[in-house]
Amino acid sequence: MSNTNGNGTIKGITPRIGFYICHCGHNIAAMVDVEKVQKFVASLPGVVVSRDYKYMCSDPGQELVQKDIKELKLNRIVVASCSPLLHEHTFRRAVEKAGLNPFFFHMVNIRENVSWVTDNREQATAKANALARAAIQRVFFHKSLETKKVPINPDVLIVGGGIAGIHAALTIANAGKHVYLVEREPTIGGHMAMFDKTFPTLDCAACILTPKMSSVKNHPNITLWTYSEVEKVEGFVGNYKVNIKRKPRYVIEELCVGCMDCIDACIYKEAKYPDEFNQGLSKRKPIYIPFPQATPQVVLFDPETCIDFKSHRCKKTCIEACDRKAIDLKQVPEYKEINVGTVILATGFKTYDAEKSPQYGYKKFPNVFTSLEIERIVNASGPTNGEVLTKEGNIPKSVGIIHCVGSRDEKAHKWCSRVCCMYSLKLAHLIKEHTGAEVYNFYIDMRTPGKGYEEFYDKLMNEGVHFVRGRVAEVTDWALIPEEEHKLTIRVEDTLIGVVRRIPVDMVVLAVGMEPREDAQDIRRMFNISCSTEGFFLERHPKLAPVSTFTDGIFIAGGCQGPRDIPDSVAQAGAAAAEALSLISAGSIELEPNTASIIESFCSGCKSCIPLCPYSAISFNEGTKKAVINEALCKGCGTCVAACPSGSIIQNLFEDEQIFSEIDGLLKFAGIELEEMEVVNA
Amino acid sequence: MRYLYYPGCSLKSTGKSYEESLLAVFKALKMDVVEINDWNCCGATAYMAVDETKAFAIAARNLALAEEQFNKEEEIHVIAPCSACYMVLLKTKMFLEQNLAEKGRIKNALKESGLNYEGKVKIRHPLDVLVNDIGVKEIAKAVTHPLKGVKVASYYGCQTVRPYSTFDDQREPHTMDDITAAIGAESVDWPLKTRCCGASLTGTIDRVGLPLSFMILKEASKRRADVVSTSCPLCQFNLECYQDNMNKQFRNDIHIGVVYFSQLMGLALGIDPKTLGMNRLFVPPENVYKIMKGGEKVYV
Amino acid sequence: MDTTIDVKSFAPNGKQNGYNGKAKMINRKIKYESELSSDFKETIAELAHGEKLYGCIQCGTCSATCPVSHYMDYTPRKIIQMVREGFRDDVLKSSTVWLCASCYSCTVECPKGIKITDVMYALKREAISAGYFPKRFPTPVLAENFFAQVLNNGRNSEGPLLMKMYMKTNPFNALKNTMLAFRLWKTGRLTLKTEHTKDRKSLKKLLGSIDKQKEALAK
Ligand SMILES: Cc1cc2nc3c(=O)[nH]c(=O)nc-3n(C[C@H](O)[C@H](O)[C@H](O)COP(=O)(O)OP(=O)(O)OC[C@H]3O[C@@H](n4cnc5c(N)ncnc54)[C@H](O)[C@@H]3O)c2cc1C
Ligand code: SF4
Ligand code: SF4
Repeated sequence: MSNTNGNGTIKGITPRIGFYICHCGHNIAAMVDVEKVQKFVASLPGVVVSRDYKYMCSDPGQELVQKDIKELKLNRIVVASCSPLLHEHTFRRAVEKAGLNPFFFHMVNIRENVSWVTDNREQATAKANALARAAIQRVFFHKSLETKKVPINPDVLIVGGGIAGIHAALTIANAGKHVYLVEREPTIGGHMAMFDKTFPTLDCAACILTPKMSSVKNHPNITLWTYSEVEKVEGFVGNYKVNIKRKPRYVIEELCVGCMDCIDACIYKEAKYPDEFNQGLSKRKPIYIPFPQATPQVVLFDPETCIDFKSHRCKKTCIEACDRKAIDLKQVPEYKEINVGTVILATGFKTYDAEKSPQYGYKKFPNVFTSLEIERIVNASGPTNGEVLTKEGNIPKSVGIIHCVGSRDEKAHKWCSRVCCMYSLKLAHLIKEHTGAEVYNFYIDMRTPGKGYEEFYDKLMNEGVHFVRGRVAEVTDWALIPEEEHKLTIRVEDTLIGVVRRIPVDMVVLAVGMEPREDAQDIRRMFNISCSTEGFFLERHPKLAPVSTFTDGIFIAGGCQGPRDIPDSVAQAGAAAAEALSLISAGSIELEPNTASIIESFCSGCKSCIPLCPYSAISFNEGTKKAVINEALCKGCGTCVAACPSGSIIQNLFEDEQIFSEIDGLLKFAGIELEEMEVVNA
Repeated sequence: MRYLYYPGCSLKSTGKSYEESLLAVFKALKMDVVEINDWNCCGATAYMAVDETKAFAIAARNLALAEEQFNKEEEIHVIAPCSACYMVLLKTKMFLEQNLAEKGRIKNALKESGLNYEGKVKIRHPLDVLVNDIGVKEIAKAVTHPLKGVKVASYYGCQTVRPYSTFDDQREPHTMDDITAAIGAESVDWPLKTRCCGASLTGTIDRVGLPLSFMILKEASKRRADVVSTSCPLCQFNLECYQDNMNKQFRNDIHIGVVYFSQLMGLALGIDPKTLGMNRLFVPPENVYKIMKGGEKVYV
Repeated sequence: MDTTIDVKSFAPNGKQNGYNGKAKMINRKIKYESELSSDFKETIAELAHGEKLYGCIQCGTCSATCPVSHYMDYTPRKIIQMVREGFRDDVLKSSTVWLCASCYSCTVECPKGIKITDVMYALKREAISAGYFPKRFPTPVLAENFFAQVLNNGRNSEGPLLMKMYMKTNPFNALKNTMLAFRLWKTGRLTLKTEHTKDRKSLKKLLGSIDKQKEALAK
């Protein structure tokens, strides 16, 4: 390749490159012969110094680079280490401190892309060599660039009003910033609102949650939109434009005071339709309120079941009953557009569908319940007013709680759902307290890590609950002995004894695990974030950035990121709020200067780029008949660069000569030489 | 579509009436079915325990024979009614697809004996073919003597649906029940559809095997089944032929017809009982006959 | 050096152990690492086509779903753990392996996708080749006779097969079942005739070739 001459001078500048390869302890050095790479790179044209070091990201590592820049007059730096996602920023800052424009720095990932993905040391070293050479050839062409600062809009959008969303909203609102809280259901509260008590302290869920719910409703800094969904998201960190649809409740929220006179007046004297909040265990009318403490305290219509929506021939006694004239059967969806700087996703989780594990007989045997159903049943404001009864109306004498339903199972979900052991203990306690029944817990492993959790387990053992270590194979109505007649028999190996047991019970509770919501993938796409393989939202780093995502300004908290309990969800929500607040208080954010621009003299005015830009950043100047890119809107996706038929769009950090030179460096290892490039000489 | 038929050893001896009734039903439904020429034993369960490669090799010989016989067909559908044969042939096919080294060895061996195997064979259980290819609608259309009022306990046994088959649910299979409905009879809801009958243990270690068969029959009678319908020669044998031994061992008086699902189908299609091998049963399904007699045609 | 313990002196049948015979219920329940076979799990994993058994979480679903586990000396779950930990002799001598009815319930229900039935098959093969199976236990005898028959004839003949098995294991049982045999014969469901394929030569060649290839591989 002749884009450099013998001493590496191009276009009048002589690159003086410093190369640093990192051992990353054993992470890289164990698989890549770092010394060999260091020596190889030292021999490349333009390289003034080549070093290897144990931890490049450490202070001494950074100082090494800074010292070399000053002493050896380096003007290009390449570091071969981990992913740029982790440390590009660190090194750019270090380089900048030493007086060099940070965009003369380039990073090569030889950890995630090399040492971690092979067990062949020789090939790993060869690949590291190839990538290093490619980077060296690339930095030849790097230019000095300026980053741009954009202001951060201080308003925050929070999606999902479970305990995580509620806590994040209050934290931010209390800090004086404005929050839009968007909740899909008619009320906030999420799963926690369904529980009676919460482990391990057994404090009443409503007592601790409802005050928070009403603070959300009354907080001057919170705009609460329930029964609403996000439809579209545009923009980038600091400047998101979000479209929200508010579904019609057919009741004017501002007028309704939640007196429920309309519900009493409904021509349906008896409630007839399955009540969603009570898991279908009780009935509601076509006009209803999910539960007494629902927030906001506003009724809503279900057009699927309301006679008037079907036939327009109802007497509409409900309208007559409302003296505040709050009912409006002609209500249409309302669309809102808001601008926010940051977003917190707190959309929570869903429980595993127990019908998918047919061996446990859910929906087949009436006395098999899911844990969520039992949560409602033991709840004093639930469908049975807290009485635990079998479907036949009897107090159960024995109850079996089966752990890990849908969890730790290759046919369902491989993961441990983390909360089921603890909530099963809680339910065992509550059922025993309400009924005095013999309660059996069938577990594979008892997982109670957490403050006060093991102590809670201990308490339950002392309450006389049976603990049988074994995964239940089957719940059956096949009776082998008279004592099993008219009961559900649980077949399990008591693995601690090594004997198979058949245990007849009156009621079975399935401790269903936690899984991603059905629409998690849609939300992921809408907000341009990632999901891990199991479908929960993916955090930026499992340890060091647990509430950030790979998209700046979008944070996650609670059950949407993975199975977790209330304390952990709240902690995460607080962390996400702090992350958002830290961006807001910084006031502005630096943007990567990887924007595209048009070389006016080349542009033929064909307009092909304009409709392609996903951020609408390109417009047409009718005066000059040339396309123009608005740098503030450009996100650097490169679509227009590739599409321009006359090659008149260039993109910072991805200029043709940079890319070709990099490719050439790679291909040399396969013995291929690129043709001398036009662009290089142009 | 043409089908090849792999009877296996049992359908030529203890399970003779399975073959008789199945072929009669195929004929009545105008299916084109031919037996594989000079097939050999599938290798069966017991063989696997001794030498696996050989077991796979002799099973593969049948697949190769099928390809030789239907060499013009793109896909060759082989019906294997015995569950053990069905499972072993399926397992062999899957094994050859996954285990390339063994496949090479077995292909070599086949070549030495003058055969070749390319992998065009599909192993089908008759329940699969009848429900998914022919369809319950067609079967219902062909019914001349609906078994109205007959309560059938469908018993699939183990290896029809476990562990490899994909044509039916492994835990809650329904194809036999679909057929039961198509011929006008009624399925009893019971939890033992796929519970093991004891398999070879019933014959070898009867202290262990016999109770398993007994519990199945006991539950079927308890749920008021008139007859147990099976799809495997070993299940049928265990459940029917050992009833005397069970009654002796457990001081009981179990007496319930255990027939092949194809025999019930045959009766509903108006085929005469002898052609269906009903005369070979130890425990004739009296209840079925009684209920049928209530109709216009009288059997037996 | 002298501190090593002579493990044999603790053996249940060891002469030094005064309880032998007199108090059978007092059994030794201790295992020394030196008594275990560390490569057993690899052997079985390879024979059973899968290393998934290493991932067993000892949940016992296999034992609970197994129709015969209540007769086994070790439940299927215990067998998996014993295989994993190298309890070779105990496993190969156990009745479990021979009581497995190959019903595949465990394989379908195992939450970790372990092919337990295939493990049982692998253990059967290991036990036979180690000569460990119980002498008058019918299952291995049946398996071996079945093997011989198919090898020679290409088909299995149920009548003669069962006769042989009963004669070798428990002639009394054969008598008990004469009535059954008679009824089968009367209904045309059993003959004492031996079935076979026509082209027995090709079958011989097929099996011969496998033997040859295996020998070559062993070298
Ligand atoms: C049976 C059971 C018992 C439990 N018991 C306890 C206990 O005793 N103690 C404890 O600490 N933990 C318990 N947990 C765990 C607890 O439920 C969770 O930790 C907690 O609910 C997580 O809160 P969240 O806000 O992240 O999610 P969620 O409670 O699921 O809330 C998410 C909210 O987001 C809304 N939403 C979802 N998608 C959208 C969308 N696209 N747009 C707008 N809104 C959306 C939902 O409607 C919901 O209101 C239990 C869990 C279960 C299953
Ligand atoms: S079912 Fe599977 S995971 Fe559970 S004990 Fe048995 S082999 Fe192990
Ligand atoms: S395959 Fe064997 S071990 Fe597994 S459940 Fe059936 S009999 Fe038990």
